Amino acid sequence: MVPLSWYLLLSAAVFSIGVFGFLTRRNIIIMFMSIELMLNAVNISLVAFSHYLQDLRGHILVFFIITVAAAEAAIGLAIIIALFRNKNTVHVDEMHEMKG
Amino acid sequence: MSMLPQLFFGYFAAAIILMSLLVITRKNPVHSVMWMLLLFFHIASMYLFLNAEFIAAIQVIVYAGAILVLFLFVVLLLNLKDELETDRFIGSWPAGLLVSVAIFVSLAAALKSLVLGQSGNFTVALVQKITHTKALGQILYTEYLFPFEIASLILLIAVIGAIVLAKKRMRSH
Repeated sequence: MVPLSWYLLLSAAVFSIGVFGFLTRRNIIIMFMSIELMLNAVNISLVAFSHYLQDLRGHILVFFIITVAAAEAAIGLAIIIALFRNKNTVHVDEMHEMKG
Repeated sequence: MSMLPQLFFGYFAAAIILMSLLVITRKNPVHSVMWMLLLFFHIASMYLFLNAEFIAAIQVIVYAGAILVLFLFVVLLLNLKDELETDRFIGSWPAGLLVSVAIFVSLAAALKSLVLGQSGNFTVALVQKITHTKALGQILYTEYLFPFEIASLILLIAVIGAIVLAKKRMRSH
């Protein structure tokens, strides 16, 4: 039997990789994929917890996370298309209209 | 005692970490999407390994089938030729590396003080008897019926929002 902490370490590693990608890439599409990576990392730990606690509520939460991720992907990609139409680039360092 | 589960986990964990790294380091977004596709299939196998058949199925159908196809459409729709000539990372990437390593270390350190809560009723034998999909449905449509309805509302808003955001602005004059 594989211990629970292995799954949690794997999940933490994938989450950190997602954080790194989000913070350091210039391309907004790759940044967006890093967010999906982080969501998947959390899903792995939720399913692992659910299995080891013999409770299906973690699976319910994963179900809702996947729903929200689908909605988020549709909205986010629409924003990327609108941005590309206006600015003709997907590089975040060239988008500074809001002076953020 | 057989080492097979550990070997399976080792392969899938190594593959998942390797593919995550490939996703965030490829210059061409199409390659990133392809690695992500393979990554999602491996994560689905991990769910099967944890006795979550229904979750594995929706991982493949929704993530690999719908979300990644959407990503691929957008990547192919946008003209990203100049993408291949610029640097992939921002100049201050060591700061990002520091933050992500700090997050990993703090999560790994917190693991030591983890205490699992009380076990639930859904033992492996019970879920095997009534099947995972049915067990999940029984909770989802009774205890979590209201959140389930809200999820449908979120999807509706996403559909409308995506159309409104991506449609071409009409010039008024």
